[in-house]
Amino acid sequence: MKPAITAVNTPESTTQIAAARARVAALDLSQLNPADPQGFVDDTVGYVFERLRHEDPVHRSHSPVPGIDSYWSITRYQDIMQVDTRPDIYSSESGITLMDFPPGDDQQLKMFIAMDPPKHDEQRRAVNPIVAPANLKNWHDLIRERTCRVLDTLPRNETFDWVDKVSIELTTYMLATLFDFPLDDRRLLTYWSDISTANKLTNPDAPEPEVRMAELRKMLSYFTRLWNERVNVAPRSDLVSMLAHGPATRNMGPLEYMGNLVLLIVGGNDTTRNSMTGGLLALDNNPQEMAKLRANPTLIESMVSEIIRWQTPLAYMRRTALADTELGGKQIGKDDKLAMWYLSGNRDESAIAEPDRFIIDRAKPRQHLSFGFGIHRCVGNRLAELQLKILWEEILRRFEVIEVMGEPIRVRSSFVRGFSKLPVRIRC
Amino acid sequence: MTLMRAATDNRVPGIDGDCGGNCACATCHVYVDAAWSDRAGVRTASEREMLNMVPELKDNSRLACQVTLDDNLNGMVVALPESQH
Ligand code: HEM
Ligand code: FES
Repeated sequence: MKPAITAVNTPESTTQIAAARARVAALDLSQLNPADPQGFVDDTVGYVFERLRHEDPVHRSHSPVPGIDSYWSITRYQDIMQVDTRPDIYSSESGITLMDFPPGDDQQLKMFIAMDPPKHDEQRRAVNPIVAPANLKNWHDLIRERTCRVLDTLPRNETFDWVDKVSIELTTYMLATLFDFPLDDRRLLTYWSDISTANKLTNPDAPEPEVRMAELRKMLSYFTRLWNERVNVAPRSDLVSMLAHGPATRNMGPLEYMGNLVLLIVGGNDTTRNSMTGGLLALDNNPQEMAKLRANPTLIESMVSEIIRWQTPLAYMRRTALADTELGGKQIGKDDKLAMWYLSGNRDESAIAEPDRFIIDRAKPRQHLSFGFGIHRCVGNRLAELQLKILWEEILRRFEVIEVMGEPIRVRSSFVRGFSKLPVRIRC
Repeated sequence: MTLMRAATDNRVPGIDGDCGGNCACATCHVYVDAAWSDRAGVRTASEREMLNMVPELKDNSRLACQVTLDDNLNGMVVALPESQH
């Protein structure tokens, strides 16, 4: 008998877990389609992955959604590592999500996350220093100050939405800090992040491509103003100043500048935000881990890695095969799409001990897949960890009890694994 | 036994080894002292690819998970890049 994925005080009782497992077990293998967002809304996709890891770890999946169609699901840790470290076979050029852009939509921004070497390497090298550990020191104090400011204004003894008041607010605050972006306009960053990832195929409410491009041009002109202000004064430590003065980036064209900005904004937005919410929920579901943390706050660092594993804010990255090849005994065809399901690899018991338990002091907490591996490994991983570390240090310093007051609402997406609402109450 | 494994087993700060030695994270970047560089061997193809991405690449840069320890390397001296301090 495996331990229940969620613990005592969650609404999911053991019988509901058994029922969800039985539902998945009754399906024919060919019906297993982990990209179905419903499994993310009700958080049952884990049972699909559990079955795939055991019965068909490299699985040909079919989605009824046009634009996704057929794809391979890679569900085991080592196979994911294999795909992520062979960019010469598994390319990023056709995009990093399973959804193809509508034919004729050439408005996709060119960003190095969706490029192969050598172009990828050149562009990544240019922005890499920006979030290098030596530079993180510059932001340490500012991030702490703003984290404190947000936490100090939270309501007490009344229910509020943690996603809006803490996770979104802090993430946008921090992005604004990194870009030294006018604070009063900071929600523009969230807006631009949403606009740049909008795709009409997945979301009928998404703006038309022309509208989307017009909004992004507004973003570019805003950031061009910031660039011009900073290029003529001494270099400072914000991202715009660094790009404007860096030898490898100061001659970038406008589209390249925009691509890099959007990548940094999107990369640092949903991911960190959902780790902030997911961490609170995980601790609420696992009171014994919360007790451990209160008794020994030096566990924060390893807890942050565990939260990022547990949440896996990006459930997968897509690759496209450049040639016929073999993986896990399956024949992969040229041009086939593959999803490296980090969320599944992070629950693979052949790589991670007791993967279905949230353990804040586990051995080797950093060996999770949430940041990817290989040449595309997350640029911002140390920065994200720093933000979460400061958040938890300041939470522990202030609040004795944060209660989760109701069910979280999960985002309808198989790519961004996150929350749109989590009602909580700070008791004091 | 690789140099990365020896460092992480002994909790040497600055070598995290996030990918467990798969040559896929570059958190085990070291500079091999000139006197030892021949004996430490040459970079593998995937190692060159990952080193492309590190902030402070030098001629004597290696990824510690790609350096296998044997008697020849007993006493080897390596330094850490600033960004891993
Ligand atoms: C918990 C928070 C975060 C998670 C889980 C996360 C996850 C990821 C993943 C899975 C990848 C792709 C890896 C691969 O394909 O192998 C990635 C790439 C990237 N991330 Fe993050 N990320 C986070 C935070 C951030 C932050 C804060 C920033 C910006 C400051 C950022 C910027 C980037 C960039 C620029 C790339 C592209 C790297 C490349 O293609 O070479 N990320 N991230
Ligand atoms: S341990 Fe990851 S590259 Fe060496």
